[in-house]
Amino acid sequence: MDFDFKEEQQQFADALRRWIDKDYSFEARRKIVHSGAGVSEQAWQTLVDLGMTALPVPEAQGGFNGSAVDMLVVMQELGRGLVVEPYFATVLGAHFLALAGGQEELLEKVAAGGLKLACALNEPHARHALNDIVVRATGSGKDFALSGMKSAVIHGAQAGALIVSARTGGDQHDTDGISLFLVDADTSGLVIKDCRTLDGQRVASITFDHAPATLLGSEGQGWPLLEAGADYGATLLCAEAVGAMDALFAATLEYLKTRKQFGTPIGSFQALQHRMADMFIHLEQARSMAMLAAAKVASPDAEERRRVVSAAKARVGQAATFIGQQAVQLHGGMGVTDELAAAHHFKRLTMIGLTLGDAQHHLERFAAQPGFREAA
Amino acid sequence: MDLNYSAEDEAFRAQVRTFLAENLPADLQEKVRGHLRLAKEDYVRWHKIVAKQGWAAPAWPAEYGGPGWNAVQRHIWEDECARAGTPPILPFGVNMVAPVIMAFGNEAQKAHYLPRILNCDDWWCQGYSEPGSGSDLASLKTTAVRDGEHYIVNGQKTWTTLGQHADMIFCLVRTDPSVRKQEGISFLLIDMKSPGVTVRPIIMLDEEHEVNEVFFDNVKVPVQNLIGQENKGWTYAKYLLGHERTGIAAVGRSKRELLFLKRLALRQQKDGKPLLDDPAFAAKVANIEIELMALEVTVLRTIAQEHQAPGPQASVLKVRGSEIQQMLAELMVEALGPAALPFDPAYLEGESEHAAGGDAEAAPLAAYYFNLRKTSIYGGSNEIQKNIIAQMILGL
Repeated sequence: MDFDFKEEQQQFADALRRWIDKDYSFEARRKIVHSGAGVSEQAWQTLVDLGMTALPVPEAQGGFNGSAVDMLVVMQELGRGLVVEPYFATVLGAHFLALAGGQEELLEKVAAGGLKLACALNEPHARHALNDIVVRATGSGKDFALSGMKSAVIHGAQAGALIVSARTGGDQHDTDGISLFLVDADTSGLVIKDCRTLDGQRVASITFDHAPATLLGSEGQGWPLLEAGADYGATLLCAEAVGAMDALFAATLEYLKTRKQFGTPIGSFQALQHRMADMFIHLEQARSMAMLAAAKVASPDAEERRRVVSAAKARVGQAATFIGQQAVQLHGGMGVTDELAAAHHFKRLTMIGLTLGDAQHHLERFAAQPGFREAA
Repeated sequence: MDLNYSAEDEAFRAQVRTFLAENLPADLQEKVRGHLRLAKEDYVRWHKIVAKQGWAAPAWPAEYGGPGWNAVQRHIWEDECARAGTPPILPFGVNMVAPVIMAFGNEAQKAHYLPRILNCDDWWCQGYSEPGSGSDLASLKTTAVRDGEHYIVNGQKTWTTLGQHADMIFCLVRTDPSVRKQEGISFLLIDMKSPGVTVRPIIMLDEEHEVNEVFFDNVKVPVQNLIGQENKGWTYAKYLLGHERTGIAAVGRSKRELLFLKRLALRQQKDGKPLLDDPAFAAKVANIEIELMALEVTVLRTIAQEHQAPGPQASVLKVRGSEIQQMLAELMVEALGPAALPFDPAYLEGESEHAAGGDAEAAPLAAYYFNLRKTSIYGGSNEIQKNIIAQMILGL
């Protein structure tokens, strides 16, 4: 058993942190967030140069075949630094391509930094249920056409290609009959509407009107792929959240040591000390679960994967809500302004909670696994 | 990062399981798993079985009779014992006084006490707390005044767990009232059979006689029973606090209790269906299970840093570990509903074979719930643990 990160992993993290400290400051980030594009080509190029786009891609496609633990280290830093570039969406998309197979050329492009991806998995009515799909796909072989609407597609307008879940059979809630597709962002029959989120990211609503699409994997058998990919995405988000919580916790601790009221640092007040201790316990428990998810997300035992990832997303989500809200409270009036990074970490943590299943959704999914009952 | 146990660890686990399967008496296992109260003989019997195997003091150095296990092996041992449902090896001798004797005692003390502790020849109890000093331990008032070859001890200790069975008590006593409160304390070993020692039971809210008050009225204690130097007792007491405390999380025990709770919730019906299938109840159970998964990893992370002193990190484990134990017991009672009402102390004490309420599984659980309210209070209340986290880890 070993809980330390390898030297190369630490180097990745250090390189990212140096870049964020130097070039991706809070003010620099603010400019990017409020720019028309909402992302920075220059920042993207740096991520490419640092090897971040190659990291998760298989070696055969020019990548480093990085594990989820490698990605944990990276996502923590991006969470700490509140990076708003379309990295998570691209890595998740690449993971779907790798899982489905047959898209080696695109993966090479991703690794080299020439292609950004996004994953259109949500529908407006579906909340967190990834199997609740009404977008239809018609066609045969590999060539299909999609019709319907996807919503809250993270960095959907910044991507060159989309991974889309759609129905080739079955009823609205069935897990059978789901298929995954690849759609070129420039193709006909596609309307992409970009929108900011309060945490500085971008999401898109995407309308498909007979949009040409390429089948990924086997027709109607996309559900196991969709679930496995979403679990990988949830694992990345857990790591990002831990990084954001680390930063938020450190900022709050610093504030308690420097902010004075009644002639003494407010950190000397026991009510606030206990709040910090509670936050620390949440953070340590969340960190443990983010590590466990990274270690188990590639498990060949799908139930174990579901169980651990849902446990992690639920526990990290609870910690994120607690730490986020308390950090803002402890910052007092400053905590509810737009001026401090703390408020932005809180907002990011909140949005992570709403992405790929919130704490309640994952708690229910955890309890719905056969092992929850059978273990007794 | 690799969160899997090594092949050697797994082989060790298998060895432990075999030992437990072959040596844990079924009647003891039944008592522990069924939440019945253990008698003195139960503890001693199990301790001697383990001692014969050479495993009674996992953390001791080999020169004193420890098995030479590393921290992960010790964790596996505790985990497997909890899973099987063994009586606990009581900590007062093995984990509390023994490390102090090893570190600060003289050769004669080591030679006399350590083998007897290892083999459970003496039953030890702890004399730290006093009526006026709870979390503010150093304010203790029990005095020891040197009189030739003896100390004369006067005062009162309290919350003395299982002291009614004890042969020996290790005490913090005040030997110099004129200096700062931490500086006048000594560490003294006292024979419970000495004239002037009186033990009075404290009956807890579950009507169990688990703790006691111990009174000292001009008790003569030979000076050979002083550990280390006079007035250095506070240092020795603190030494204990940084020692082997990951077990305080009670992860193994809570894993066993989680399974018990689930079985109970499968047995109990709500609207004609198992209670465990009720989404609201299932969510509560799932919440605890996830918290416990997280705590197990947090424990292992703490163990992995054994080269660093676990000290304040143990406070995290204590807070969450105690809360999890309490939540599990709370849910057991909730699962039972009215079936938790009948109380039968004779059944709990093993004096009658059948529970008065007719439900043997349910009978002990209300008492168990009440009993476990202690976990967030003893060993430094959870509020004190949060002070420690804030001050020692966070630097507030």
